Amino acid sequence: MQFDQILQYTLSGLSTGAIYALIGIGFSIIYNATGIINFAQGEFVMLGGLLTLSCLDLLKLPLWAAIPCAVAVSTVVGILFERLAIRPLRHPTPINLVIITIGGSILIRGLAMLVWGKDTHTIPAFSGDAPIAIGGATILPQHIWILAITLIIIMVNKVYFYHTISGKAMRACSYNRRAAGLVGIDVKRMVLFSFIISSAMGSIAGIIVAPLTMTAYDVGVMLGLKGFCAAIIGGMSSGISTVIGGLILGVLESLGAGLISSGYKDAIAFIILLLILFIRPQGLFGKADSERV
Amino acid sequence: MKRDLLLFTAFSLFIMVAPQIFAGGYLMNVLVFVGINTMLAIALNLLLGYAGQISLGHAGFFGLGAYLSGILTTTYSLNPWLAMPIAACVVGSLAYLIGLPVLKLKGHYLAMATLGLGIIIYIVFNETVDLTGGPSGLSGIPNLHVAGITFDSDVKNYYLIWGVTLAVMLFSLNLAGSRVGRALRAVHDSEVAAQVLGVDARGLKVQIFALSAIISSLAGSLYAHTMTFISPASFGFNFSIELLTMVVIGGLGSIYGSFLGAALLTLLPEILRGANDYDIIIYGALLMVMVMFMPGGLVRGVPALFRKVFSRKAEGGHA
Repeated sequence: MQFDQILQYTLSGLSTGAIYALIGIGFSIIYNATGIINFAQGEFVMLGGLLTLSCLDLLKLPLWAAIPCAVAVSTVVGILFERLAIRPLRHPTPINLVIITIGGSILIRGLAMLVWGKDTHTIPAFSGDAPIAIGGATILPQHIWILAITLIIIMVNKVYFYHTISGKAMRACSYNRRAAGLVGIDVKRMVLFSFIISSAMGSIAGIIVAPLTMTAYDVGVMLGLKGFCAAIIGGMSSGISTVIGGLILGVLESLGAGLISSGYKDAIAFIILLLILFIRPQGLFGKADSERV
Repeated sequence: MKRDLLLFTAFSLFIMVAPQIFAGGYLMNVLVFVGINTMLAIALNLLLGYAGQISLGHAGFFGLGAYLSGILTTTYSLNPWLAMPIAACVVGSLAYLIGLPVLKLKGHYLAMATLGLGIIIYIVFNETVDLTGGPSGLSGIPNLHVAGITFDSDVKNYYLIWGVTLAVMLFSLNLAGSRVGRALRAVHDSEVAAQVLGVDARGLKVQIFALSAIISSLAGSLYAHTMTFISPASFGFNFSIELLTMVVIGGLGSIYGSFLGAALLTLLPEILRGANDYDIIIYGALLMVMVMFMPGGLVRGVPALFRKVFSRKAEGGHA
């Protein structure tokens, strides 16, 4: 009984953790390319879910077409954000960047509230709601979708960063932006690329999680913060450490909510965040292990 | 120095006669909130504008002050005048202890840590139902009273709040102009350089963080006693952002700027009636526009704009 419960919480924690990992990698990619923590990262997660909803309801698209459509639109918002808010800043201080990305996130969230209202919306699960039994626990097909899609995205990322020219150029930027510029890498373009990749990844995270948790104009705040928490645990790497960070966070949160108190569920993530920042600001696995991409 | 004193006297006089001009009705109530928000904006500005350390959790300290005062005076029927300094001491010590590890962090990390702190405090307000009344709030907080006067009307509250706000302003102006103020600005520009010159940067940052929390707590206590009802919704993440917007719009590192930002952002929703929930969009846009085009805030940006316009006119005249 007790074991089954723990298994259940762990399994559902793993799928939430995968979402945090995707969002966290989005944070890390932008941070490594630009030195910016993009406080608007969570808003792309929200946009992904809500845009899918609009594609389904208003444009009457089938799900397989609605998803790429929503990702494309969120990515355009990401590009606009980089072009209009980040690029025009000439000598930004970290505090100014914090303020401007917060401003951007409030603006995007406010506009979303105008468009979709304050209600919570549901998106149908990708392949039905029939529960699947694993040991004494049950999971939904959507959980498997989440884990599978996360795995695919992480693999695509790996291939991009290690086996393509622009991926390698982005890694060069993360090691040393000036040196990268000197060998002919267009750093500004790489910055734009980083926003494109992470807004696309954020929106995918938002789409695959929406059937489980429902979505609304303000889901981006918490999901974004927890994604950041995952990235911090992983030492701001865009590789496997952040994935592990997300999974640890998801499982701890789920166990904490189930076994201690569901009211303090969100507090658990932030307490972990503070502890990591105080004790190991370089992340759980130290700098040596993490790939800074 | 003399000019500063003159400016402050003029400002105080303006504040004191303002009720005669805008007398009566709903506006008085709004002006009370301008006072409370000015105090909070100054508190955040001391930290952000002078010492250069961001906090996205100041609504938490504001809320702690309000809740401590509220709980001590209702559940434990303590005298409000006694509860207020107790609340300030508790919040100040808490901020000092938390500040020791938190202020080691810089920039983005500091922003995230203080944000997390604010959210944890907010969750605690909601979850400790026995103590705080949870999401439905805490009511029946007594008004302040002294020597037979009970501060229960908007006009009385106006003078009470603004009396304290002016004291906080005077204190902050003096602090900014003092040795400590100069040390803070040195830390802002370069922590290493400040340390080389003998400034205890780390100690100073933690002290100013605690001071900022104490002022916020004081504002919170006064808020609780004027409203007589508090609920967690007033102390959430959005309010921390609103405070940040006030400081940035008014001008980082300017005490009068904080008043300007607080006044603008408190009056704005009243002017934009009907836009009720959508004012958050305007905050977002304002934050971005200010950082991009007027990073010095209104106090510096507007005079600069005037100079630009007039010098262009003058040039035109010569040609």
